[in-house]
Amino acid sequence: MSRNALIFALLVLAALSAVPWLDSGFWLALSINIAQYAVLATAWAVFSGPTRYVSLATAAFFGIGAYTVAVLGEALPWPAVLAAAGVIGVLVSLLVGFATLRLSGVYFVVFTFGLAELIRQLVTWFEVNVTRTIGRYVFLDITQAQIYWQLLGLFGLLLILGTWLRASRLGFALRVIGEDEMVARHVGIDTARAKIALFALSALFMILTGAVMAPRWTYLDPAIAFNPTTSFQVLIMALLGGVHALLGPLLGVVPMALLFEVLSANFPNHFSILLGAVFMLVVYAVPRGVIGLLARTQRRRVA
Amino acid sequence: MSAPLLRVTGLTRAFGGLVAVNALSFGVRPGEILGLLGPNGSGKTTALNLISGALAPDAGRVELEGRLVSGLPAHRIARLGIARTFQLVRPLPAMSCTENVLAGLAFGRDAAWDGEALERAEALLALVGLGGKGHLPAEVLTYVDQKRLELARALALSPRLLLLDEWLAGLNPTELRDGIALIHSLREEGRTVLMVEHVMDAVRSLCDRCVVMNAGARIAEGPPAEVLADREVIRAYLGAEDA
Ligand SMILES: Nc1ncnc2c1ncn2[C@@H]1O[C@H](COP(=O)(O)OP(=O)(O)OP(=O)(O)O)[C@@H](O)[C@H]1O
Ligand SMILES: [Mg+2]
Repeated sequence: MSRNALIFALLVLAALSAVPWLDSGFWLALSINIAQYAVLATAWAVFSGPTRYVSLATAAFFGIGAYTVAVLGEALPWPAVLAAAGVIGVLVSLLVGFATLRLSGVYFVVFTFGLAELIRQLVTWFEVNVTRTIGRYVFLDITQAQIYWQLLGLFGLLLILGTWLRASRLGFALRVIGEDEMVARHVGIDTARAKIALFALSALFMILTGAVMAPRWTYLDPAIAFNPTTSFQVLIMALLGGVHALLGPLLGVVPMALLFEVLSANFPNHFSILLGAVFMLVVYAVPRGVIGLLARTQRRRVA
Repeated sequence: MSAPLLRVTGLTRAFGGLVAVNALSFGVRPGEILGLLGPNGSGKTTALNLISGALAPDAGRVELEGRLVSGLPAHRIARLGIARTFQLVRPLPAMSCTENVLAGLAFGRDAAWDGEALERAEALLALVGLGGKGHLPAEVLTYVDQKRLELARALALSPRLLLLDEWLAGLNPTELRDGIALIHSLREEGRTVLMVEHVMDAVRSLCDRCVVMNAGARIAEGPPAEVLADREVIRAYLGAEDA
């Protein structure tokens, strides 16, 4: 994104921060939902777009953030809770990065999918056997409006970092890796380190989103926090919008968040089936995402 | 006789039961062009892969200016000054030619980024005959031009040693003449080159010395005219071609 586009996007975000004053019910709830997925899908694409590694770890990181709040939320001041969530999550992401990013594509997908499940089982085991509480109440003095503003702030920060990354040598290294990893290594790129750094950055935003969202549920247990559906929804949204432009995922987030809202409200029992159907449609219909389609039509117009 | 820039000692690598490179030893002197010859499947590409760090050897050593590089990851070896092209060309397809060369400039031994890098990229593209094509995506280039682009990217690393894997293969006679002249100009600049090559005219006119491999092992070494007249070398090539 160019600097002007970035400034424009940040101004739009600033204007959107007025939503809570206009409506504190349905529209605020919907805005929170969209803002949440905007951060998650953009963070997902920041890593998966250039490297072409398909990660299903979104739920794992989101859950770490949310669950950290459930455990520490009342013990520490809010900024310290966020910092703790960030530190824990980044450590986990570095560990996972070291273990998996040397793996090639398919193994990575499977591993990241298993990760959310593994962490959920570990947390459940710990709660059952050590703390003897399964499920926690999150009573924090944080309003819906504050949740929304924090999400907007996260999204703005992500856009700034993403813009900087694209122009940076690290961002360039990641594009080379996405094109041909063998060549990347032979021009002197430490591919493992570059991928791990970006994976951790992307994870950090997912963790913080989970942490910021936690006070929205008053009750939280591992199954809610580490819900694997999150990973798939984020994947669908990012693929639909397109992962090769910073604002691409947003184009998938808005219609999909609306669609999921409608589906889960009207067909609560068949939501997973419908989600799967939507997933297949997205992958078959627009393999490079909406932004990819736009770029293609533009190129055709030029030619 | 000057000390070798690259010294390969007892280099060995097997794939399952097949020993692709078998106790291979040779040296490359600074400023020379060394040809690595041998019939198809004799292990030449595997030897380059072992030197560039694409593969790790089972046994043996690779030293660059006395420093042990075998066992290091490829990116470290690239930064220490060994650059290569690939037998099956590997451009960065969706990136522009300029970006392809920038990839070589941004992370190497004498790394450059920003304005200076752009200037150097243009100069390198011009050097290999791709002047003015910087904005084109690499995937639209012809085969020859993709090979040129790979050479520019390798040169962008300011290598102490350049590895060329059949860089002249598949060129038509005019392109071949240009290609030979280009490699010749690299020698004039004092670059050290290890080239795997099947085009014998090119080997004769470019190489100071040759190492010939067969079935993973070295069977001859010496000036081109001498090794190409060697009876064992002729037998290896004829044997391979008759089969
Ligand atoms: N990654 C690999 N896995 C298994 N076998 C391999 C691998 N790479 C090479 N080989 C085998 O090792 C032997 C040597 O191959 P190599 O590519 O080094 O030969 P070459 O001398 O470069 O041949 P050419 O002139 O055809 O390029 C061949 O028998 C090949 O099939
Ligand atoms: Mg070969």
